[in-house]
Amino acid sequence: MVFENEIGEERMISWLNGDWPWYIAGPIIGFFVPALLIVGNKVFGISGNLSHLCAAIAPGRVDYFRYDWRRAGLWNLVFLAGVLMGGFVAGHTGGPHAIAISAETKATLARMGIHDFTGVAPREIFTWRALLTLKGFIAVVIGGFLVGFGTAYAAGCTSGHAISGLANFQLPSLIAVVGFFAGGLAATYFILPLVIGAL
Amino acid sequence: MTQQTLGRFQGCGEEGEDSLPTPLAFLPVYFLLGIAFGFVLVRSEVVSWFRIQEMFRFQSFRMYGIIGSAVATAAISLFILKRLKVSALTGEKISVPKQNMGNGVRYLVGGTIFGVGWALTGACPGPVVALIGDGVAVMIVALTSALVGTWVYGRLRPRLPH
Repeated sequence: MVFENEIGEERMISWLNGDWPWYIAGPIIGFFVPALLIVGNKVFGISGNLSHLCAAIAPGRVDYFRYDWRRAGLWNLVFLAGVLMGGFVAGHTGGPHAIAISAETKATLARMGIHDFTGVAPREIFTWRALLTLKGFIAVVIGGFLVGFGTAYAAGCTSGHAISGLANFQLPSLIAVVGFFAGGLAATYFILPLVIGAL
Repeated sequence: MTQQTLGRFQGCGEEGEDSLPTPLAFLPVYFLLGIAFGFVLVRSEVVSWFRIQEMFRFQSFRMYGIIGSAVATAAISLFILKRLKVSALTGEKISVPKQNMGNGVRYLVGGTIFGVGWALTGACPGPVVALIGDGVAVMIVALTSALVGTWVYGRLRPRLPH
């Protein structure tokens, strides 16, 4: 009995600490679509917050940012603040562990010049010091810019198009998701190998 | 609806100015849901640059399983919600607006641009924020850059094909 209990406890702890299998993580993520609709008829989508923040901080003379961001997006900004908090909680409850990517991916990345697999993202690229290198600058600064520009142009990101949009059978979302992958594949096979190989 | 929304904000979780203001009492609910979402993003490892590389290199089913089962769960829930004609807790009728197709260019081109950024940073907007909380502090720069990118889009918008 005691033995069984211990196993149960261990499993509980690993649930809080370790990574989750896809068939648990996926449905939980999908559940945010009905949850937000049931609470306040809100459509799940994160990237609109980037526009809301622009509208709140520096609308300038740009028409696109001249709208009532409180009315349109306060709920979503509060949701985003929660995401920040949730990331913090997750980062402070689990033991640090390497991301268990496939041996194949590890080998490919090692050939490209990535050797530190201990973090959630490679420390050769995603640290303050690496930001001053070409690869760090391209991945973080240029990459971030493209995320902001692309999601605003496409009117949505992974959450808004790939999850909310596809679940609602929207053709524009399907086109956007095809674009996500086209761009992602191009960057993975043509840009990243050059970038990581560079200083 | 189609033409009118174009001049205004039209983003992820598209909403016009016609949407009702959110009752303040509900804001803590959104905050709690956000905490849950951020926690799940980190625990499921979809915030990991390594996982995104693994996905784009087709070397694991994991990310496809996560996105696929998330879409399936959301689709089934939407179907049920529409069938039952439920009202939201705020009293509003639940309805998911259709997206405005235009000529479709924005979705393909914008989507592709985002895709490049997604592979480079290894993070989409939600994960960028979750990663900052998780301790990858340099992502603050990625978020700032993303805000600049969105702002530049807003500026160039009149000259871009939609």
